[in-house]
Amino acid sequence: MLNTLTLHEVLESLNRGECRSEDVVGSVLEAIHRTDGMLHGYLTVNEADAMSQAKAADLARSGGAKGRLLGVPIAIKDVLNVKGQPCTCGSKILKGYVSPYDATAIARLRAEGAVFLGRTNMDEFAMGSTTENSAYGITRNPWNLGCVPGGSSGGSAAVVAADEAIAALGSDTGGSVRQPASFCGCVGLKPTYGWISRYGLTAFASSLDQIGPMTKDVRDAALLLQIMAGQDPADSTTIHASVPDYQAALKTDLRGITVGLPKEYFVGGLHPDVERRVQEAIEVCRQAGARVVEVSLPHTRVAVDTYYIIAPAEASANLSRFDGVRYGFRAEGALDPLDLYKKTRAEGFGPEVKRRIILGTYVLSSGYYDAFYLRAQKVRTLIRRDFEAAFKQCSVMLSPVSPTPAYRIGENSTDPLQMYLGDIFTVPVNLAGICGLSVPCGFAAGNLPVGLQVMGPALGEESILRVGYAYEQATNWRCRRPEMTRANSRQGVGV
Amino acid sequence: MTKYRITIGLEVHVQLKTKSKMFCSCSTDFGASPNTHVCPVCMGYPGSLPVMNREAIRWTVISGLMLGCRINPCSKFDRKNYFYPDMPKNYQITQCDQPLCLGGGVDIEVEGQSKRIGITRIHQEEDVAKNLHYATWSGIDFNRAGVPLMEIVSEPDMTSPGEALAYLQTLRQILVYAGVSDCSMEEGNMRCDVNVSIRPDAQREFGTKVEIKNMNSFKNIGNALHYEIARQIEEVDRGENIIQETRRWDVDLGKTFSMRTKEDAHDYRYFPEPDLMPVALPESLLAEWAATLPERPAQRRERFVREYGLPEYDAQVLSAEKEVGDYFEAAARRSRNPKAVSNWVMTDVLRILSEKGMAITAFAITPDALAELVDLADSKVINSNTARDVFAIMLNGGRQAKAIVTAGGLAQVTDAGAIEAIVDQAIAENRKSSEDFRNGKVVALKFLVGQVMRLSKGKANPQIVEEWLKKKLSN
Repeated sequence: MLNTLTLHEVLESLNRGECRSEDVVGSVLEAIHRTDGMLHGYLTVNEADAMSQAKAADLARSGGAKGRLLGVPIAIKDVLNVKGQPCTCGSKILKGYVSPYDATAIARLRAEGAVFLGRTNMDEFAMGSTTENSAYGITRNPWNLGCVPGGSSGGSAAVVAADEAIAALGSDTGGSVRQPASFCGCVGLKPTYGWISRYGLTAFASSLDQIGPMTKDVRDAALLLQIMAGQDPADSTTIHASVPDYQAALKTDLRGITVGLPKEYFVGGLHPDVERRVQEAIEVCRQAGARVVEVSLPHTRVAVDTYYIIAPAEASANLSRFDGVRYGFRAEGALDPLDLYKKTRAEGFGPEVKRRIILGTYVLSSGYYDAFYLRAQKVRTLIRRDFEAAFKQCSVMLSPVSPTPAYRIGENSTDPLQMYLGDIFTVPVNLAGICGLSVPCGFAAGNLPVGLQVMGPALGEESILRVGYAYEQATNWRCRRPEMTRANSRQGVGV
Repeated sequence: MTKYRITIGLEVHVQLKTKSKMFCSCSTDFGASPNTHVCPVCMGYPGSLPVMNREAIRWTVISGLMLGCRINPCSKFDRKNYFYPDMPKNYQITQCDQPLCLGGGVDIEVEGQSKRIGITRIHQEEDVAKNLHYATWSGIDFNRAGVPLMEIVSEPDMTSPGEALAYLQTLRQILVYAGVSDCSMEEGNMRCDVNVSIRPDAQREFGTKVEIKNMNSFKNIGNALHYEIARQIEEVDRGENIIQETRRWDVDLGKTFSMRTKEDAHDYRYFPEPDLMPVALPESLLAEWAATLPERPAQRRERFVREYGLPEYDAQVLSAEKEVGDYFEAAARRSRNPKAVSNWVMTDVLRILSEKGMAITAFAITPDALAELVDLADSKVINSNTARDVFAIMLNGGRQAKAIVTAGGLAQVTDAGAIEAIVDQAIAENRKSSEDFRNGKVVALKFLVGQVMRLSKGKANPQIVEEWLKKKLSN
């Protein structure tokens, strides 16, 4: 059962010579065989390639090599470029595209010996909160196969929760790491904007996107962050700062930590089970020595609106490059270049992506720019200032990740507005460019996980990891594992 | 008939002489096989990000300083959105409302009148790819995609095609002096769009402007302007309105054709480029760059007059092209007679270059060698005819002037005794002409000088010969 181990447990085991990378990768592949038919967390798994990477890692280890991830398989969201692997972004328009290069984050993991065994499903171009917007089929929630795993990094969350991976990478533009982590009961970290290079991360909204680890526990998230974080000459928006020792920040007590509770996050509309679990979690932190204060983020109510102007605006330009000219899908029968664009994009993009391109094109249009895009940027500044002010009173803030546990499959697919409102607690973190962590904090009715969000200021990863770790060590939610059977899809999801 | 005033403004794109592209490390070399200087960034692959080429920024700022612009202490990049197959990302990274350089101008001279043409702004952007069309298919060469460009936008200050061309020539001169670009219109590293409008003499506000594209030489720009102005006048005279539109110059037909009108103009949906940080240029850096500014053509012209005592005209000709000026100056510094060097460069050197269509940098005679030749003539070691012969030999063989003179025994004969003997011989052999001269026929003397020169194989000093002949024949 090597596949059920955490990343640091696998490393310890490998380092002690108790197992080989081949065994670990083999065990993960076996789990994929067993359950991914039900889950559909992976879009592609290259078994032969994974095994040969594992063998190479074992050989390197026997030769004295010391990579910090030597031989550990990591699942990668299908939005990150890994040289020689597909990168469809869950879209038909990138069908057949093979990446010619490694993303910087991938290169850093590769340099430490990581094995890239497969690519996980996602909402098309990371646009969505359920992974239902993938052109390659939906992913199910391992805790309840009738529910969504969240999104857009739903595949990564599902495979980590179902022990079909040791750890995974996702990307988070408005909650796409934290929300699926919360829905599937794993740990998801959205680092400070600019802390992990975006080079090689297919852009959704450039000023909001961040790569984030999705792991079985907080220590694993710290470990992966340690390796990926830091300035990158290939990404001008990365931060010039030295990377602290995140392992050293993991402490079981919270003495000296002030936890802020943003009052605007604890108002009506919260699912009662979610509210209860989060309140219990706050109590655990208090027990661990944290001081709890109420803080205010007054512009919370306009955060979703702001997000749904800025993100689609940037996306409308970022997705222009998918035109059928240089790579990926190209529609047949075009008469001229304009016709080629129209046909390729009409056939290649799904409805949610089209909706956001149209929205983004609209808000940038001459005559509307000032009213929408420019105003949204100003509100964004206000949101950032809200956080700066609030973080003068506390070291971290706690909140739910999502107002509800996982939705039933198909539940919200006809009402995009309702779906967008589910992002209320996660998008402010991206708009402010700060960091956020999703940690499992128990279950709602129907055996569906609930996530606790720990928010920190820019480069406050040490604090949020410390709080997340202390909370996690004081509870034992990780001991519970999903039992994937066809039957669990019929379980009711009640209040 | 109504009199019209013409208003012309220019948008000049200049490719900067950087080694690598604007946002990636691919080479900017011209003429490589298609799609060999490409990478995920300049091909617009998913996930790739631009990284600013600092050298390109420096060149643009230097151009701005040379043109008297204010350098924006904080400029930024924007995305300009439009779909076209030569655009890898379907947006161009350019600068919309905060360009690198603002203001400035160029002093031109047309028909003896000097005038200042204002510059509105200079911004930095990336070039697009090149579409290639064949009989049954089209291809795209991305080697050029992402090459750094600066766009220099002029004020609508020009009132004739002559002024427009003078502005372009002067601008080109300055940029070549700055070393920021080769500014070759033929190679496409300098391109120009023209805005032109006309209005009745009495009208105060500008007429409707028309933009002309696709002119790749000074000649085409001049022709296109002449054609377009005539066309607009004809339209207005007929009582038609000018439509705001973009027109294409057709070289073969010598006409402009409508490409698109204002109605189908793009909405470029500019917004700040989120992948790049704003460019903040600290005072200290600007000062450092300003200290490295090369001399401007006008400064050099004045200096040539002052330092080498050249006439204004010579100085202007010699400073027009930077390399010609460099050549002249290298030779003049080694010569005792800069004015003589100037004469040689302006006549013989430039003539040969224009005959051969050659650049002065490829000229066979080095400035040092020319200076040596000039000094041999100046010190009367050789006469001016011999100097021309030596110059011709140098041009073909590349040897030094002194070596050619020594080897050919070409040094001028100034020795009185030697010349007297030849003069006597010539008089003896040409009794008739000698007689004619004595009888007052002055042309006969010219003939006799020629005979002496022939007998001396051209080496005799003609002045001394003439003096001797007069002396002998007046006896």
